Amino acid sequence: MEETTKPQATTERPASGEAAPIIRFRGVHKSFGDKVILDGLDLDVPEGQTLVIMGPSGTGKSVTLRHVIGLMQPDQGQVEVWGKDVNQIARKELVALRKRIGYLFQDGALINWLNVGDNVALPLRENSKLDEAEIREKVEHKLELVHLPGIWDRMPGELSGGMRKRVGLARALITDAELILYDEPNAGLDPEMSGSINQLIAEIADTLGITSVVVTHLQSCVRVVADRVVLLEKGRLVVDLPRDEFLASKHPRVRSFLGDDPD
Amino acid sequence: MVEDGPVGHYELDLSGVRGMDGGSAALLIQLIGDLRERGAEGEIVGATGKVRGLLELYGAHPPKPSDKAPPARVGLFEQVGAAVDDLLGKLGEAADYIGTLVAEARLAIRTPRTVPWGNVVRLAERHGADALPIVAAINFLVGLILAFQASGQLERFGAEILVADLVGLSVVRELGPLMTAIIVAGRSGAAFAAELGTMRVSEEVDALRTLGMSPYRFLVAPRFIALILTLPLLTLMADGVGLLGGLVVGIYVLDLTLISYWNETLSAVGGLDILGGLIKSVLFAMVIAAIACQRGLATSGGAEGVGRSTTSAVVTTIFHLVLLDAALTWVFRIYGI
Ligand SMILES: Nc1ncnc2c1ncn2[C@@H]1O[C@H](COP(=O)(O)OP(=O)(O)O)[C@@H](O)[C@H]1O
Ligand SMILES: [Mg+2]
Repeated sequence: MEETTKPQATTERPASGEAAPIIRFRGVHKSFGDKVILDGLDLDVPEGQTLVIMGPSGTGKSVTLRHVIGLMQPDQGQVEVWGKDVNQIARKELVALRKRIGYLFQDGALINWLNVGDNVALPLRENSKLDEAEIREKVEHKLELVHLPGIWDRMPGELSGGMRKRVGLARALITDAELILYDEPNAGLDPEMSGSINQLIAEIADTLGITSVVVTHLQSCVRVVADRVVLLEKGRLVVDLPRDEFLASKHPRVRSFLGDDPD
Repeated sequence: MVEDGPVGHYELDLSGVRGMDGGSAALLIQLIGDLRERGAEGEIVGATGKVRGLLELYGAHPPKPSDKAPPARVGLFEQVGAAVDDLLGKLGEAADYIGTLVAEARLAIRTPRTVPWGNVVRLAERHGADALPIVAAINFLVGLILAFQASGQLERFGAEILVADLVGLSVVRELGPLMTAIIVAGRSGAAFAAELGTMRVSEEVDALRTLGMSPYRFLVAPRFIALILTLPLLTLMADGVGLLGGLVVGIYVLDLTLISYWNETLSAVGGLDILGGLIKSVLFAMVIAAIACQRGLATSGGAEGVGRSTTSAVVTTIFHLVLLDAALTWVFRIYGI
């Protein structure tokens, strides 16, 4: 059903700032106890853009992603997605909104008692009317895409961290979402696998015109996938630049971030 | 906000204001703060109704005298206030949670196909069938001990046969349901909290929600149903082996015959007693599932958090089971069940 409403394939991405923002954070504050994580965060992500969020660990990058799909509510401020305040809309609408979004969790977040195939098939079984044969074909295709063909029957507990993450990626991609959030897609992967995941993310964004937000530490990932890079520190964006300017930036925080990069 | 260092007293008269949003309230309070910083005094007066409530919510209070109030007095009030607040908050949360469970249960009853029945079967097996040996062993011993303790007293009056009444009623009405529930709380309650807690910290619960699937439907409902189906059955079995424990003492210690013990039990224990025990066990099942799942879903803070949730689930559940049992025993007595 959702296929028909999906934007047509485009090779050109709209220049940032022109298109209406898909995600809009306005003055978002979030604390846990007395620990302030987000401190008045403002952030716009225009349609079709691939935004990379960098920042020291524990700074609130995952927390930021969670706000986008209403898994966390801001203490103050608004989070709008497709023009709707995620925390004001009715439950049904939120569920509908979530179905249009793919989310790769930091450790894959596979349901532990379902095997790999059933995990990847879960969004389709829940949210589509495809028959079993069609589901099987789609799942196998996505598993090939993440370089894990033929592991349908394995259980999540038997997989390595990197494999779980890639199965999680297959699951995030299976519904052809319009917005995909990737939480550290290449952490814990070997450089070759990491590179091919980067390629995959860039390809998906380019060929389908999908809006993406990628949290990563890796310069290699920034180079391949990013249109724009922000640096999150102490609850706010300290740097917000187009990719090439970011990579060339003399900003001391950017330098120290990119300098430490093993790649 | 306030220009060139004013000194003096300013009053913001809001008596004409009918409504206000949080932003404006915050702004006004900021303004008062700014005034104070510059050595002036500012005060909001005349606010009524909702406006007043909102301002108070945002921390406005009548201007304090410049020297601070003695901290001990404020401390005491604040402590009492905070304690009451905390209790009300907890009660509110519990009411919210129960409300959610009821709403989810109604939804599940209206659309039973959305309940993952495969999981129910798997869970019923693990938390019902697999619990049989331990439940049987403990309840057998309970019947045995009860009869043994009573036998000394009853023998003195030559009323040995009454041990059948005593064991029968205690086990069927009270100890069978309660002991079984406590065992299941320790076994299944802990497992539920640990399973859901692990899913919580590994973001599996979030993943479900992201897919538009309710963790209540997918995780809580099957556990509820599994326990509601299995706990009464376990309790029936517990009643049986408890009676058996009494019977062993009756025959081997008190030299009663099987027939007389059996007849005495039948005359003492009626269908209503068994029914009362079963009603208890259904309510116990709900308490165990509700508390354990709540603790599991509220887990935060990694593996350590899972441990905390599990402990808390078992302790809280057992406390509430005993409390509920006392209340039910009292209610049943009033209604003659
Ligand atoms: N549910 C929660 N409860 C309490 N603290 C949390 C919760 N989620 C995240 N935090 C805290 O918020 C901070 C930011 O977390 P996170 O967004 O995961 O960091 P990162 O930028 O590495 O992704 C961390 O210090 C973490 O401990
Ligand atoms: Mg993170």
